[in-house]
Amino acid sequence: MRVNGVPNVRTCIAPLKEGISVEMQDKLGELPNATFTEKPKKKITVNVLVIGAGPAGLSAAIESATHGATVLVVDENQVVGGQLVKQTHKFFGSKQERAGTRGIDIAKELEQQVLALQKKSKLRLMTDATVIGCYESTRKFRFGVVERCDYQNRLYEVLTDTAIIACGAMENMLLFPGNDLPGVYGAGAVQTLMNVYGVKPGDRVLMVGAGNVGLIVAYQLLQAGIKVDRVVEAAPTIGGYHVHAAKLRRCGVPIQTSHSIKEVYGDKTVEGAVIVELDAQWKPIPNTEEDIKCDTICLAVGLTPSTRLLSQIGVNLEFIPEAGGYVALHDDSMQTSVKGVYVAGDASGIEEASTAMIEGKIAGLAAAMTLGKTRDRKLLEHYRRELECLRAGPFGEKPRIAKQKITKLVEARHARV
Amino acid sequence: MREYEKTGVLTKKELPSPSKKHLEKGAAILECIQEIPCNPCVDSCPVHAISMKDINAPPVTDFDKCIACTKCVGICPGLAIFVVKVKGDKAWITLPYEFIPVPKVGDTVKAVDRTGMIRGDALVTRVVKSGKTMVITIQVDSSLAMDVRHIWVKP
Repeated sequence: MRVNGVPNVRTCIAPLKEGISVEMQDKLGELPNATFTEKPKKKITVNVLVIGAGPAGLSAAIESATHGATVLVVDENQVVGGQLVKQTHKFFGSKQERAGTRGIDIAKELEQQVLALQKKSKLRLMTDATVIGCYESTRKFRFGVVERCDYQNRLYEVLTDTAIIACGAMENMLLFPGNDLPGVYGAGAVQTLMNVYGVKPGDRVLMVGAGNVGLIVAYQLLQAGIKVDRVVEAAPTIGGYHVHAAKLRRCGVPIQTSHSIKEVYGDKTVEGAVIVELDAQWKPIPNTEEDIKCDTICLAVGLTPSTRLLSQIGVNLEFIPEAGGYVALHDDSMQTSVKGVYVAGDASGIEEASTAMIEGKIAGLAAAMTLGKTRDRKLLEHYRRELECLRAGPFGEKPRIAKQKITKLVEARHARV
Repeated sequence: MREYEKTGVLTKKELPSPSKKHLEKGAAILECIQEIPCNPCVDSCPVHAISMKDINAPPVTDFDKCIACTKCVGICPGLAIFVVKVKGDKAWITLPYEFIPVPKVGDTVKAVDRTGMIRGDALVTRVVKSGKTMVITIQVDSSLAMDVRHIWVKP
């Protein structure tokens, strides 16, 4: 979408204002020269730059700042909390990870802690701002940050000793005819519309994917008074927790495993979908097609870590299927191959918010230790044990394998050097 | 592959089976059989009737200790705990409920089983708030005690 003549704007998170012009964009837009409100650019010097204010980023920022480092947190959204702000369900876990608390309330708690630190000038929070890149510098890391102020931009030059990249992940898309029709959504988009903006995405939904995201969002759709026709899952078994599946089943929503979406049809928007049964090799079985009348398709088919900034910085990335795609190799302090650059949360491998918060704490503490602000190795070990504990069960298998692979690759690279 | 992993519905053999005596006293039925890192139910129990080997192990109820106080029902993040009490031909089921409209005491609602099937009428006998989760007790025919796990309230 084009806003005020600027192409490639993520309108879903751009603030609506009287008098702005929003247009459809049919091809790659030509980028205009950036204009900034203040020249020369403003300079900010900190110990720790945290990119992303979701569960991992906020936890990292709080940890670094409480141990005495100066912190700048940058997030492209207008509200902090990342995906937590749309999680209306109660979280699993133990007391330390705020089990039984709803994600949206965890976001509020973290925000309050961050604001309290900001009040004491230990931390600065910058929302509605994007980190545009990491640039050549002699001593410290040099990042460019653009803050949007009423559709005008302010450019900052951020000089930092360390950077914690906690920019999350992007939703996966599925390839099928009609996937570009209005009414085909990612599950995260449906949650944003429904739980953040209070907008009904449709009246009758077909949910694709029975992982925890698919099951939870389907249940939230029911809570919003929207009909969920069924959940289809290509795998032979339900991927998410049974307790989430049970909630849907007792509300009368069928879950069909070994089934996938074949195509979506409709004139201008989604009018229905064709689903098909899959065999043991995940190949469609002929003549098992079924026509479903619905106006919304919700895709909950996994996430891919956001690594573009990490790639631009030049950290070592590897493709690890269990982590959701390319991820930055990192050690058990969440430090990447570039000294002083850390990762945390989904950006370091797809997992849960509870583990993202602990990874954030580890990265934040490790950064503060590198800076000489603290020597609390015991606390670091404590966080590592907590993380291990959460990953110990069968549902922690995928991230466990991913992290083991990452450790092996790091060791292999060290051996070569 | 277990059947519930395909259907999302637990069968009798996977469910806890309290004795008749326990059901008369009232028992918390934990329909949580997977190894999930989660333990708020253990902390919520005032008489330590719910235990867990470690945070990933499925919780177990000691029916002798359970006093059917229903505290755990509104705490469980998976909405997977139900308290069942049977007396004569009547059963009282306490379940978590997160929909609107919220029924009132004295309302007649539909009693729904684990597959979403309506199995009969239920009388609402208690409505309590636990955070934003409603904890609702319904009275049904005792034959439905181990089957009904949800209600359907006419808007």
